[in-house]
Amino acid sequence: MSDFFTTAVLVATAASGIRLAVPLLFASLGETFGQRSGVLNLGVDGIMLLGAFGGYYAVLQTGSVWLGLLVGIAVGLLLGLISAVISVTLKAEQGISGIGIYLFGLGMSDLLFQKLVGTPLPITKFPKLNIPILSDIPILGELLFQHSMVVYLAFLAVPVSMYIINKTTFGMNIRAVGENPEAADSLGVSVNRVRYATVTIGGTLAGVAGAALAIDLGIFQQNLTNAAGFIAIALVYFGAWRPVGVMLGSLLYGFVNAIVLQLKTLSIIPPNLSDFAAMAPAIFTILALVIVARRFKAPAALTKPYSRGE
Amino acid sequence: MKKHRMTWLIVVLALALIAAACGDTAEETTTTAASGETTTTTAASGETTTTGAAAEPFRIAIVAPSASNDLAFTQSIVDAVDIIKAEMGNVEVQVTDGTFVVEDAAAAIRAYADDGVDLVIAHGSQYGGSLQEIAPDFPDTSFAWGTAADTFGLDNVFSYEAASDEGGYVMGVMAAALTESGTIGIVGPVEVGDAKLYVDGFIAGAESQDPKPQVLKNYTGSFSDVALASEAAQAFAANGADVMSGTAQMVVGAVTVASDADILWFGTQANQTSLAPSIVVASQVYHWEVVLRDIVAKIQAGTVGGEIYTIDLANGGEVIEYNDAFALPADVKQLGEDTIAGIIDGSITTGG
Amino acid sequence: MTSAAEQRRGQSKYLAFLIPVGAVLAALLLGAVMLVALGANPLEGFRELFKGAFGSSDALISTALKATPLLFVGVGITIAFRANVINIGGEGQMVAGGLLATVVALTLPDLSAWIMLPAVLIAGLIGGAAWGAVPGALKAYFGVNEILSTIMLNVVAVQLMNYMLRGPLIDPGELERGTRIPQTARLQEGADLPLLFGDGRFHIGPLLAVLVAVAAYVLLWRTPLGYRVRAVGLNPDASKYAGIPVKRTIVLALTLSGAMCGLAGAVLVFGSESHRMVTDGSTAGFTGSAGFNGIVAALFGGLHPIWTIPASFLFGGLLVGGLALQRAVQVPSALILALNGLVVVFVVATDRYRKRMLARDARVDAPEPLAPPSSSPPSDGPEPPGGGDTS
Repeated sequence: MSDFFTTAVLVATAASGIRLAVPLLFASLGETFGQRSGVLNLGVDGIMLLGAFGGYYAVLQTGSVWLGLLVGIAVGLLLGLISAVISVTLKAEQGISGIGIYLFGLGMSDLLFQKLVGTPLPITKFPKLNIPILSDIPILGELLFQHSMVVYLAFLAVPVSMYIINKTTFGMNIRAVGENPEAADSLGVSVNRVRYATVTIGGTLAGVAGAALAIDLGIFQQNLTNAAGFIAIALVYFGAWRPVGVMLGSLLYGFVNAIVLQLKTLSIIPPNLSDFAAMAPAIFTILALVIVARRFKAPAALTKPYSRGE
Repeated sequence: MKKHRMTWLIVVLALALIAAACGDTAEETTTTAASGETTTTTAASGETTTTGAAAEPFRIAIVAPSASNDLAFTQSIVDAVDIIKAEMGNVEVQVTDGTFVVEDAAAAIRAYADDGVDLVIAHGSQYGGSLQEIAPDFPDTSFAWGTAADTFGLDNVFSYEAASDEGGYVMGVMAAALTESGTIGIVGPVEVGDAKLYVDGFIAGAESQDPKPQVLKNYTGSFSDVALASEAAQAFAANGADVMSGTAQMVVGAVTVASDADILWFGTQANQTSLAPSIVVASQVYHWEVVLRDIVAKIQAGTVGGEIYTIDLANGGEVIEYNDAFALPADVKQLGEDTIAGIIDGSITTGG
Repeated sequence: MTSAAEQRRGQSKYLAFLIPVGAVLAALLLGAVMLVALGANPLEGFRELFKGAFGSSDALISTALKATPLLFVGVGITIAFRANVINIGGEGQMVAGGLLATVVALTLPDLSAWIMLPAVLIAGLIGGAAWGAVPGALKAYFGVNEILSTIMLNVVAVQLMNYMLRGPLIDPGELERGTRIPQTARLQEGADLPLLFGDGRFHIGPLLAVLVAVAAYVLLWRTPLGYRVRAVGLNPDASKYAGIPVKRTIVLALTLSGAMCGLAGAVLVFGSESHRMVTDGSTAGFTGSAGFNGIVAALFGGLHPIWTIPASFLFGGLLVGGLALQRAVQVPSALILALNGLVVVFVVATDRYRKRMLARDARVDAPEPLAPPSSSPPSDGPEPPGGGDTS
């Protein structure tokens, strides 16, 4: 156990946790927007997978990671729009339409990969960005300021999301629509338009999450996300529909995974217990939620499609 | 009213289409008694048929759990069957990949057998239980099950496995010779079957050397979690490893980490040089065709099963393929070759 | 009610049924485009799909067997939905039920078949019930949203299954041979699901599922318990004032829902080709994603247990047919998965219109909690599940 508590190992573990949290963070931030306005999108993982392939393919062909990210955005935007049409205009059952999108994304991304790429080829990864001065701080420097670009982007998205949701008119509309769409409607807010916007944002961020994952790993494979999208959805509940909470949840999940991994590497967790160890993130999340849940309520209109006069 | 009729029209059209498509079939009869025994005569359109007066093609079907191009488990068998097809010529190959749902795989195995395939390759250890039930229903069809060493005492089942510990041992030896930091890492999915054999062999090989390196081992718990494999590699790197290896399809995540950190990599199941040409030293490549040739020959001679095959270094089923672009020091390569020879002649045991 | 109105009602019901069919056709059309892009012949493909699903007695058997877990899960989902609870934990509940049933079979190998079979099936019920009760209790008493807890419990179930199948439950033969495939030994014949028609594959699973669906209908619409479940689903506040124990009912609904899924898992284990529990390491490897597809079947069936029967059969046929399509035209399996997703999306997306058809003349109906339904399928209640707290 003493092996684990050396500075080097602890810092490396924490840095690993941060990296693992990034796709979760992007995806759950996006889903937060949607859910805050009352729309549940269970298709996040499918969008992530398609965004991941799109980003991967773009980088493979052009070598530009930024183009890859852009393609991830585009793919996510398109799928977000489609999700919005299905959930908002067609008022489909939100839990299930999402599952359909997930299955479609899972199959389609694999199919495209098999047909367009074939055998896995590595791609350029995001460049690391050592933030000047700050990255030289002992311990904290390596932990926080020596990551790849996309990590900073992810964490930057948190205050940006907070600002949008809490300090803009748009954010106010989102919250109103999520709590009481009838009232919002009567005040002249277009419920459907707000929801279109939030679901599209959600899809876009899911696409970014996928692209970020693929480019960060430098490779693509079928089911690359390994159901991370579902974890991201759950984390929105964990984070009480607030960006900071969602960030904390993503970090918790990432850290627990990283710690378990390191403990296995150092043989502190024996192999026959490794399955139980793998349960740890899920159980921690539930436990934490039980403690936290009493204090926060869900958006009242979550999963209820809205029709004027209903 | 009008809307109603329109909808009915559409439905009728759709059904007509389906009926037409069904009626389009050339003489194809499938009689299935509830006993599960089936006789099928096929002249179905769309099936690839050989032209002219050529003999009936030898039909092979593969059922596998992951993608055909996963650069690992499934790819190894698909590549092997393709080689057989190229060598023999008159071969028809059907593949059902990505079948990780065991019941669906069972359905596919049964369907291919029902369809008159000569050799059904069930390429997945988890398919064994189902195969045990299906094979007796088709005594004239040959089934090959891998990776495993059990034919259930049935006459029409072959089984095949890889002595992946042998190649693992060789590469462990070379890894120990190449490491400068004295720390090596190996990542695996789950401690079962082929993966366990390889990992154990690798560690045995590495630890047989003097000075004995520190070998870090990590089973991530998943065959598919690429991110976790990537972080496992990062964890090895953080602990000072400068040589790594791993098995199963998710290691692609680990290879890219190795590539970025200039850590050397040894691969298995397929040739992984293309993943990272600068740091891949060698790969233990499975050449299943070595045993497939024998299986096909036996089937054509009338024996449809009852034998267990192993690919290993001795019979050429496992080949250590070096990366030509990597400058491997001559003495390390010699060490590797000596180890291979030692395993083949029995003087070295891998302990696996 | 005048005969004209009744006539309109009948026609609306036809249209309501046609809409999901049309949706499936639309999805298949997109699938045809993809097939062409891959160089396969779509007409041949769909012919094989249809034949593989319904074209022979063998195909029908396969379809019925595939539909069985869908029906169980669908019924379970319906019960939960009626109480306004979303159960996305079907996968985990199936695993839990399968595991407990397997444990019972392995622990008591020598029981006679008469006792063994009900014992393992009940074990499946209990296992799934437990896996459903936990999120139920978490929701009712701690306000933890069921979507979160069911997703998390799915994750836990995978790891539990892997641990059990590689550890305590593993086939001793595997340990001997050193291969350690994560599977149990072939379970005793006493626990095999009995076959209809002697030899073959057609076991009583489908029949059992149909019986369970009927039982669920009776439960929901002919018992006080079912009444309470539906009441809580439609109006928890009014129910509370009426003296219905809302929290307990929610727990019960999720427990029952989980029990159904657990039963599906048990039937899968003992009716499977291999007569054992085996996986590749994922839940879907064992369940075939029935935990998710069952939700679609429930929707297809309008959240009514009886209608879920044909819905599951049709959807099962689609799944079986998809596999046949893959074999026939040799496209990657990934295409079939994508097609599966498209079908789900299209069916769900057009569901609104189907509901509208059914609800067209439902204005005259009294509010549901106060009037048991007529013999025709009831009009659908208000949108199912909200994610909020219910305190």
